Amino acid sequence: MNEQWETVIGLEIHTQLATKSKIFSGAATAYGAAPNTQACAVDLGLPGVLPVLNKEAVRMAVKFGMAIEAEIAPYSVFARKNYFYPDLPKGYQISQFELPIVGAGHLDIEIDGTSKRIGITRAHLEEDAGKSLHENFHGLTGIDLNRAGTPLLEIVSEPDMRSAKEAVAYMKKLHELVRYLGISDGNMQEGSFRCDANVSVRPKGQKQFGTRAEIKNINSFKFVEKAINYEIDRQIELIESGGKMIQETRLYDSVKDETRSMRSKEEANDYRYFPDPDLLPVVVNEEFKAQVKSTLPELPHARKQRFKQQYLLDEESAALLTSSRQLADYFEAVIKESGCEARLCANWVTGDLSAALNKAGLDIIDTPVSHERLAGLLVRIADNSISGKIAKQVFEEMWKNAATADEIIAAKGLRQISDTGAIETIIDKIIAENPDQVEQYRSGKDKVFGFFVGQVMKEMHGKANPGEVNKMLKAKLADSHLKTKG
Amino acid sequence: MFLTADEVKKIAHLARLKINDQDIHGYAKDLSDMLNLMTQMGALNTEGINPMAHPMDQEQRLRPDEVTECDNREKFQAIAPQVEAGLYLVPKVID
Repeated sequence: MNEQWETVIGLEIHTQLATKSKIFSGAATAYGAAPNTQACAVDLGLPGVLPVLNKEAVRMAVKFGMAIEAEIAPYSVFARKNYFYPDLPKGYQISQFELPIVGAGHLDIEIDGTSKRIGITRAHLEEDAGKSLHENFHGLTGIDLNRAGTPLLEIVSEPDMRSAKEAVAYMKKLHELVRYLGISDGNMQEGSFRCDANVSVRPKGQKQFGTRAEIKNINSFKFVEKAINYEIDRQIELIESGGKMIQETRLYDSVKDETRSMRSKEEANDYRYFPDPDLLPVVVNEEFKAQVKSTLPELPHARKQRFKQQYLLDEESAALLTSSRQLADYFEAVIKESGCEARLCANWVTGDLSAALNKAGLDIIDTPVSHERLAGLLVRIADNSISGKIAKQVFEEMWKNAATADEIIAAKGLRQISDTGAIETIIDKIIAENPDQVEQYRSGKDKVFGFFVGQVMKEMHGKANPGEVNKMLKAKLADSHLKTKG
Repeated sequence: MFLTADEVKKIAHLARLKINDQDIHGYAKDLSDMLNLMTQMGALNTEGINPMAHPMDQEQRLRPDEVTECDNREKFQAIAPQVEAGLYLVPKVID
């Protein structure tokens, strides 16, 4: 990136709250229903209807506010944001303007191992609009109002980010947080978590912000990074070639990997907000707050720190394991169930299990290997019934069927042989069969040791206890060494 | 203060109201009178008085998060000018 320029980024994130019913009506919010089957008279903006606020939406907003250590407004107000669009039947969106429910807070992100605090200006409740379908209705537009009235929490950051990378780190952190709190499913394909990015550049050292462009509705982490980087280059190029930035809204085209200006509507930002006379001010008292506070889970950052201290995990494993609440819960359940060392549990959860889940495109909540079954496998590794290598084989079987590790080990005869007599017989045989290698080992070629281990394991179908094999081989080879010398 | 004809036209456009040119002066006068009244009220001393967001001094009642509405699409669409495949059809708008 250009050295003379500094980038300034602020994000507005719309996250859909996971309520059962809409923010101002009793219609369902479930995704994927047939068009307009979940749009009631309130959502359609029919005359004479009145909005009634959903308590759960308020609770979720307060919960979020507490998680970012923000001030929770004791008194907040809904306002009408006026504009005309066919998927907004009332001609206004009910939102919050002057007195939002969540005030200033912050979120810490990690960039290359160092922590950076990103300010959050505010978060407010509002209703979503419907959907316009522009394809193929004899030149008309089709409107589906199922989404109209779905509760959204709009989270507005301070212009604290200085690169696309930081913006993505912030967005990921926020995404992780809302899912941790259980206030949103965060499903980006379904539009439950969408991002608008305000991007500007200024000469390094300049205090004043440059003119910004707002990139609308970016719905993946990858596209946020690409859209911002494209926009930074475009702005620098424009200014360096003597052009002037205009404040405008742009759309990111992921196919062409570029942003382009939306048709400019001069009055687009003249929303004429005013308090909605249909809704009274919302009061959040101490009792309400205390009740919400009692439902706050351990937050990702705190949990990661605890994992590092309590389980002596490195930063990377702790971060991975706490990247979702369900994964962290699973990990702790495996430890509790198996009583095994945390390190072993962490290796399996972040290793074989995560790899298998990724490969199958599954989330931890859909894992075919329950924490009880994985714990059963780890117990057999810990007590030396099976080697790590055999364990991988058992795990593959567990992934395919519902059997326990013990059942698979028994059925396939995979139990490790620790019987020293049996191992000794094989070792003697291998040593006798390979005098050349014994000679080499004797003359100081330590590497040959691996050859012997491999031969013994092969002979015993991988079931010999590797620790035992190593120990006995060493003794035997030393022994044969002496014998030959003598 | 007195609103200009352009300002009146802009306000009408924002509200998607079609107005006749010969009425503009009258609207300008009426709207200006209202704004002047606001200015007059603004001169009052309101120190120590909390602003109200609603004329009723009450707080918002909250509703439990329950689905209480069933599907009435057919009824609603019976009074719509044009529908297809469950969608309401409107003149084409592309943003």
